Amino acid sequence: MNRRRFIGATLAAGSMCALPAVAALATANEPLRIGLTPVFLDDQAAFLNRWRTYLSARIGSPVLFVQRASYREISEQISARQIDVAWMCGYPYMMDRARLTLLAVPLHLGRPEYHSYLIVRDDLPEVGRIGDLGGKVFAFSDPNSFSGSLYPRFLLHDAGLSLESHFRRSFFTWSHRKVVEAVAAGLADGGAVAGYVWETMSRLHPEITARTRIVSRSPAYGFPPFVARSDLDADIVRTVREVFVDMRNDAAGAQLLETLNLDGFVPGDPAMFEPIAAMAERVDSR
Amino acid sequence: MLLFRDLSFRYKIPLRAIVLVLVTAGTLTAANVMREYDQLRSDLLDNAESLGRVLASALITPLLHDDLWRAYEIVSLPVETEVPSALGAETLMVLDPQMRVYVSTRPRTYPVRSELVEHGPVHAQLAVELAALRPAAGGRAIELAEADDFFVAMPIVADGVSLGTLVMAYPKSIFQPRFLAIVNRSALVTLVVLLLLLPMSAYWGRRMADPLVQLADCMGKVGDRIPPEPEYQLYESRDEIGLAGTQLKSMLRSLREKQALEQQVIASERLAAVGRITAGIAHEINNPLGGMLNAISTYKKHGQPELAVSRTLPLLERGLQQIRDTVAALLVETRVQSHPLTQQDLEDIDTLLHPHTSRRQVALRWEGRLAEPLSLPSTAVRQIMLNLLLNAVEAAAQSSEVLCRVCREAGQLRVDVLNQGEPIAAERLTHLFEPFVGGRSEGHGLGLWVTYQLVQQLGGSIDVRSDAEHGTVFTVVLPVSKEDAG
Repeated sequence: MNRRRFIGATLAAGSMCALPAVAALATANEPLRIGLTPVFLDDQAAFLNRWRTYLSARIGSPVLFVQRASYREISEQISARQIDVAWMCGYPYMMDRARLTLLAVPLHLGRPEYHSYLIVRDDLPEVGRIGDLGGKVFAFSDPNSFSGSLYPRFLLHDAGLSLESHFRRSFFTWSHRKVVEAVAAGLADGGAVAGYVWETMSRLHPEITARTRIVSRSPAYGFPPFVARSDLDADIVRTVREVFVDMRNDAAGAQLLETLNLDGFVPGDPAMFEPIAAMAERVDSR
Repeated sequence: MLLFRDLSFRYKIPLRAIVLVLVTAGTLTAANVMREYDQLRSDLLDNAESLGRVLASALITPLLHDDLWRAYEIVSLPVETEVPSALGAETLMVLDPQMRVYVSTRPRTYPVRSELVEHGPVHAQLAVELAALRPAAGGRAIELAEADDFFVAMPIVADGVSLGTLVMAYPKSIFQPRFLAIVNRSALVTLVVLLLLLPMSAYWGRRMADPLVQLADCMGKVGDRIPPEPEYQLYESRDEIGLAGTQLKSMLRSLREKQALEQQVIASERLAAVGRITAGIAHEINNPLGGMLNAISTYKKHGQPELAVSRTLPLLERGLQQIRDTVAALLVETRVQSHPLTQQDLEDIDTLLHPHTSRRQVALRWEGRLAEPLSLPSTAVRQIMLNLLLNAVEAAAQSSEVLCRVCREAGQLRVDVLNQGEPIAAERLTHLFEPFVGGRSEGHGLGLWVTYQLVQQLGGSIDVRSDAEHGTVFTVVLPVSKEDAG
């Protein structure tokens, strides 16, 4: 597998040069490395620039965004201490919680929660639940996504269906946004997507979401949080958490939150992600 | 066709020009369209093949990894570009080795994992064509008659193993906008050329038709009467129409001369006939007349007439005398005994005319003189000139001039008598020399008849021309015998 080999190579190279940088962060003016995953619409380069500038000013140290196409790469990088902070899904956070500290949880529609949407093409009115998609093509977002992979697999598991035999074929798009696009184009008949991303897209690209239909919404689960590697300096963790929590209290921060379609951040409680961990245990132990 | 044949050249030539322009434009446009079609087709195939090669190599990894989304993103790239390209593919699809759709740019029409043959007879035929495609062969264009698209197929091969086939469909209607543009452009150019050519060809048509129309008009006028030259105008040149005009002109000229000659012959024959009758009658009258006059003379000498008789006899005698004078005038005869004509004779004429010229206040001017005597009977010539000059003086306008030109030409004497004034009417001219025709109230109307007879007897000719501009000219030409000429 080419991908594996590539990741291994970057990990090896990254760990050699990243270690001294992290050690120096507390004392010198080393940049704070924040890893981003496609849990949100991460393809807005200009917005990310503004956000990075804002965070650098507030934290008082340069901020570097590290973007990767899959959740796994970010998880591996934070485990290897190549990055300090990451915005990741609750599922990989729970899987690796021993080495991670909860930093802040976004608020969407006033709550630190989101849902997994089961969506289908707009021309499949007869589909009412995942069981109706038998023999169809299904799109997952990332294998390590809760809303785009774990939850639909839980639904299949719950209905006693096997992923391999139920669908004619399934595939990963590695991003929530692309799940919506694949379903809208008709490449996939159905897909699982983070409700937050679908709602945000329906504001920015209603012509795409209009070609999809929401079949069902999951119950509320913990919103993908910002986490820090557990050995990051406590002062830095506190500073960064305060910056995130205070974002909604100044005009520039509020404007950035508006673009993110978020209401703000709260410190959060790791316990709110326990249901995800329980679900992963059920599905994966099958 | 009959209608066109009857058209004037004014319209025929522009119409022919239009037909020529349209045929030329049509042929050139068709040639252009065909060339453009070939060019476009080869451009499209070249383009498709290079695009296909790039896409096929980019698709190897996603196919090996079974990464459907990545494959979709790759094939969507050429279709999603915002710039509408004339050579853009309509649909791209990747088929797996089992001829199933792996991915396509229109997944709703060609769903993932659907069989190619399910998509209609065209695709079934396409599947047959693709099955025959060898992986090593590279790209190939597939043109199916009943399909709306061209297909370009490109095998996706990794390390000698066929992973699938990339099929690109290009709508055949891709050429239509180009063709329309070419046709529109040629139509526009043709229109401009026509706009330029029409006035030119109309001008040529007129240039060509006008001389022909003139020729036809001129021929149309020829009937009983041959039109004189000033009445028509003919195009003059050395081309065919010009030559025809020249020929017609000379034909009309000889016709006119012939007609004039005929009229002259008729007139002189008529005059000759009149002369013969007149002479015959005069002789017949003269004999009894002489007897009657002799009888009256004898009776006056020897008889003793009664009163009544002596009063009627002179009456009778005067009547008979008048008859004799008239007959004598009709019977014109040059006296055999006559001295040759000299300058003195001309001066006598001038003297004799003096009372008339002064009464009419007309100036008589002489031109030329006789240097030596001519062997012409002076009495006859004097009478001829006197008659003509008297007439001229009478006809001349008040206070105008009468010209008498006398000149010796080779072997002949020519006398022109010219006066200004009312011209002689054309219908009178033809009968001018006949007896009792004179238009004037005085005189017996025999003056010109006598003049004509005298000229005839001297073997000469008399001619008259009369018009408002030049006045009236009598021309007498008399032959002079050779032995006296020197």
